[in-house]
Amino acid sequence: MIPAWPWLSLLIGFPVAGGLVLLALGSRAPSFARSFALVTSIVAFALSVIVWIGFRDGTASMQFVERIGWIPLLHANYHLGIDGISLPFLVLTTFSTVLVVLAGWRVIEYKQAAYFAAFLLMEGFMNGVFAALDGLLFYFFWEAMLIPMFLIIGVWGGPRRIYASFKFFLYTFLGSVLMLVALIYLGVRTGSYDLLAFQRAPLGLGTQIWLFIAFLLAFAVKVPMWPVHTWLPDAHVEAPTGGSVILAAIMLKMGAYGFLRLSLPIAPDASRYFSGLMVALSLVAIVYIGFVALVQTDMKKLIAYSSIVHMGFVTLGFFALFFMAGASAIEAARMGIQGGIFQMISHGLVAAALFLCVGVLYDRLHSRDIATYGGVARSMPVFGALFVFFAMANVGLPGTSGFVGEFQVILATWVANPWWSLLAALNLVIGAGFTLWLIKRVVFGPIVNEPVAKLPDVTVRERLFLFLLVIPVLLFGLWPAPILDVMRASVAHLVHQALMSKIP
Amino acid sequence: MITLNDYLILGAILFALGVMGLFINRKNLVVLLMCVELILLAVNINFVAFSRYLMNREGQVFVFFVLTVAAAESAIGLALLVVVFRHRQSINVQDLNQLKG
Amino acid sequence: MATLALWILLSPLLAALITALAGSRLGRRCTHVLTIAGVAVSCILSFWILLRVLVGAHLDAPLYTWMVSGGIPFQIGFLIDPLSALLALVVTFVSLAVHIYSIGYMADDPGEIRFFGYISLFTFAMLLLVLANNFLQLFIGWEGVGLVSYLLIGFWFEKPTATAAALKAFVVNRIGDLGFILGIAMVLHYTGSLTYASVFARVPALAGRTVGLGFGWRVPVLTLMGLLLFVGAMGKSAQIPLHVWLPDSMEGPTPISALIHAATMVTAGVYLVARLSPLYIHAPDALGVILVIGSLTAFFMGILGVVATDIKRVIAYSTLSQLGYMMAGLGASAFAAGIFHLVTHAFFKALLFLAAGSVIIAMHHEQDMRKMGGLRKYLPVTYVTFLVGSLALVAFPGFSGYFSKDALIDAVGQSPIPGAAFAYTLLLLSVFVTALYTFRMLFLVFHGPERMGEGIRAHLHESSWVVTLPLVMLAVPALAVGWILFHPLLGGSFFGSSLATPVGINPLASFAHLSPWRFFLAAWDAPSFYLMLAGLGVAAYGYLWRPEWPARLAARIHPLYRLLVQGYYFDAFYLRLGAPGSVRLGRSLWKWGDERAIDGLGVNGTASRIGWLGALVRRFQTGFLYQYAFTMVAALVVLVSWALVRY
Repeated sequence: MIPAWPWLSLLIGFPVAGGLVLLALGSRAPSFARSFALVTSIVAFALSVIVWIGFRDGTASMQFVERIGWIPLLHANYHLGIDGISLPFLVLTTFSTVLVVLAGWRVIEYKQAAYFAAFLLMEGFMNGVFAALDGLLFYFFWEAMLIPMFLIIGVWGGPRRIYASFKFFLYTFLGSVLMLVALIYLGVRTGSYDLLAFQRAPLGLGTQIWLFIAFLLAFAVKVPMWPVHTWLPDAHVEAPTGGSVILAAIMLKMGAYGFLRLSLPIAPDASRYFSGLMVALSLVAIVYIGFVALVQTDMKKLIAYSSIVHMGFVTLGFFALFFMAGASAIEAARMGIQGGIFQMISHGLVAAALFLCVGVLYDRLHSRDIATYGGVARSMPVFGALFVFFAMANVGLPGTSGFVGEFQVILATWVANPWWSLLAALNLVIGAGFTLWLIKRVVFGPIVNEPVAKLPDVTVRERLFLFLLVIPVLLFGLWPAPILDVMRASVAHLVHQALMSKIP
Repeated sequence: MITLNDYLILGAILFALGVMGLFINRKNLVVLLMCVELILLAVNINFVAFSRYLMNREGQVFVFFVLTVAAAESAIGLALLVVVFRHRQSINVQDLNQLKG
Repeated sequence: MATLALWILLSPLLAALITALAGSRLGRRCTHVLTIAGVAVSCILSFWILLRVLVGAHLDAPLYTWMVSGGIPFQIGFLIDPLSALLALVVTFVSLAVHIYSIGYMADDPGEIRFFGYISLFTFAMLLLVLANNFLQLFIGWEGVGLVSYLLIGFWFEKPTATAAALKAFVVNRIGDLGFILGIAMVLHYTGSLTYASVFARVPALAGRTVGLGFGWRVPVLTLMGLLLFVGAMGKSAQIPLHVWLPDSMEGPTPISALIHAATMVTAGVYLVARLSPLYIHAPDALGVILVIGSLTAFFMGILGVVATDIKRVIAYSTLSQLGYMMAGLGASAFAAGIFHLVTHAFFKALLFLAAGSVIIAMHHEQDMRKMGGLRKYLPVTYVTFLVGSLALVAFPGFSGYFSKDALIDAVGQSPIPGAAFAYTLLLLSVFVTALYTFRMLFLVFHGPERMGEGIRAHLHESSWVVTLPLVMLAVPALAVGWILFHPLLGGSFFGSSLATPVGINPLASFAHLSPWRFFLAAWDAPSFYLMLAGLGVAAYGYLWRPEWPARLAARIHPLYRLLVQGYYFDAFYLRLGAPGSVRLGRSLWKWGDERAIDGLGVNGTASRIGWLGALVRRFQTGFLYQYAFTMVAALVVLVSWALVRY
């Protein structure tokens, strides 16, 4: 057993403290700054692994709970705790931050210390979102997270970074202020900001509908669901590689996590009421965005659109459960949600890997345009193999983690409606089309020009972070059981909450 | 016999002159300051007149306040004017449209 | 036995992994030894297991739990029964032959080490598929072989046609997988399990149940399940209309065409349907569809072989046609006949491809048959083995293809499945077509005038032993395997319960007590023998005696000829409509949906409306103090007067 320390506070506080130290350091010792950032992020990852080891499977109750008075006047508490749904995301967050620090090692030249500081601060805030059990605390971390991201895009981004960062900020902020309204309403109504109390409070359908809409605006933008997705391609295109990685790996997961933590348990009847809409939007995301991804000429944009498609599977898995009937309905509902969560984790790994791959190319030729490349496999064989591997994971090839989530969602959706299952499964074809067409044009083919012929293959550092991603992608593809075992009890509890009416 | 009314009319005329000066003057910043002084003067006359009429000294105390503030104001105003002139080589009011939206 | 099965899988996998990670350091020789040893171990173990199975051994056990989701354990495990043991032996044997052959064929290729890694990986994935005891593992192996096929078709990745063919193969296969995964979803939904044994146990209870698909449309559960799973098989086994990827896959190296695109991977669909025979016997309508599609493929794809001029493409079309035969056999619920043809076909088709590869090496990578001819005397071993393969392919009595194909045609003729008569006619006609294109190829390549250039002719010589050894290795089973397997496979004693016997009329019943010798003698009574001779005659007339005649005929029936050369315009349809249509749809969704509607009207639209409002308001901010003052005073006056009037 691990000692009863405030592990979650450490997970939040340690990276934040590290980030503040880096900020205080300024631009005095850049090489020290990055080593410091790397050590900090590795320690944070180790902390999350300790939490994973100390976590007990088989119970849906919150673990590692910490609770201290925060704002007595509002009955808001510093209340942390995790269950099987949030745990994998904590580990994913800390893991991605290590990758990001490695990815920015030599590439970032301007204000290096501040760059790493932004990522460390963001890591702390994101851990906070996943660990918060108090409504106001959740909101605090939710919004705090935006600031470093805004700066990362705005300061270290591409040529249209100002447009992209403002679009990103305004889009997400617009959604989340309404979530604040909803949280305050719930706080006034229940007399505290305890999320678990929110989940227990009986609410009329009308109230639930308003709450659901407010949450929906916040989360749908973050996921992003069609049609509020257009900030994502712009943000990804302009963000530096590290920013794209965190954006794809963690930030998008926040929205879906919000559905699980707030929408479904707090407003189950409204979730049922809106489930048709949610399923429709998810399917539109899968099919419509799939076709849009097909025609992209910018590699990062293509991967960004592919992210939207994959997140469509996530929301489909979450909301199809209201349409399931028959003896296996509950089991299928659990499978759908588990599939959605697994898809989130897998997408966090795979999309991060693809953005890192694009970053590797971008660092060499400073172009994200597909037409600039061609025949990369000849000059960069190791990179080509890795890129193809991650592309296959993106296509959802069995044996990689990309398959597991999609498989479960498709299987579960069949129980709800075979036709939806068909539409979702169309991604097997479209996804293969856009991903492998990208591979064909970039990695394969004859060498198109002189610069491509002279490309040096991946360095030791690049090999390191790409292989660090190969391991989980392959491991969880061949053996997804560990992640699913961790979340099983919590998902079962969540399904129970979602299917139980709260109307008094 | 000069009644309160006459004082008030005088005050109103002075005030109106000052305000009109603010509106109509487009040439010189100094005139603008003078207009402000004129408005304050009109206020002072009203204060004194009412003070006498109501047999209340507080009005006259206020006059001193206003005079002090007016002096300070014109001092600051003239200082600003000097700075403006140094910067722009002009104290023409028409040139001072930096606040244009 | 589970350990043995595990090692069958692991030895090629380990070889592939070591090659992938350290191949460039090990060097060519070491890689050859390593991968061949891996496959050889696998092959020997498969043989051993087959022997054990013959004495009644059976294994159906999970290896580890992949995941538990929705209360259902998804496991990785092995099913070793006669069907999988036989297939495992075929796969490893052909793979071994191809490994050895590749030493010679790939000798001067810079990507040789990568190639050996790929084919070892392929062997692993194929065995994973064959030895699976559940749908999940089957699907993992299924996609695994698809991946390696993709990588190997695009092996020469600097050739744009090769990478295009690879992409096409993957995407078309994925269309099949779309149906397959939905079929798996349906199996899980209705039986609550993905393990074969428990699925088959629950299938009979589903007979007669229907599923509503909306709009008041109800279909029998098992029929829909069978059809969806068959869509997967259509993709992998290249049945009309998902066949278009297979001819293009010939862009890959020839050993791959032999191993993946003739002997093993493309027969995975056949294996799938046979494996699921306990399900299909309860879905006669689905079987009818399989029968019709199979026979259509057999006939129409065979005809394309008559007009193709690339030697590999002719064999590819012949593969399509033979796959159609196998499917038709399965559709007729003569599962054993389908599998029998799969086995014999694996040997003789791999043989034909490898022999064609030998020709291609000799011709310095010239594949156009119009530039060959008279090679018989330069390549004697290749010629003899090619001849053996051809005779097996046309089902010449006594060769392995005869036993499997004629038995299959017979079975289709006796099948009670709706559509059997139609299929029987097409399959008989295909016999003529098969003989026509096979002998046309044989005559064009090995007989007749020598049409190659002087430079090539001067260097013509037989290939080295690493190439000819596998040819002989495969020629022996192409000759003998029919005699050996005819009775055990079709007589019904071998497969036992691993293949279901159809309810009612068993189309294979007449083979129960038939010895191969008797069947051999019966050849003279069957119409297929004379059709085959007719094909031989036409080929001999057109390509030996009157070489100018085919061109004249082609000119006379020009529209039909064009239709055939264009492959019935399937490719044109997919490449002119399907792919560009998707791109056009995507572009319009992007430009109109995302950029104009959502971003233009919604996001930036809101922003620009606000900007417009701001521009309107800013006109009041002139920057002149006196105007502000005037506004203030005027407003004050208005407010004061309003207040005065009001109160």
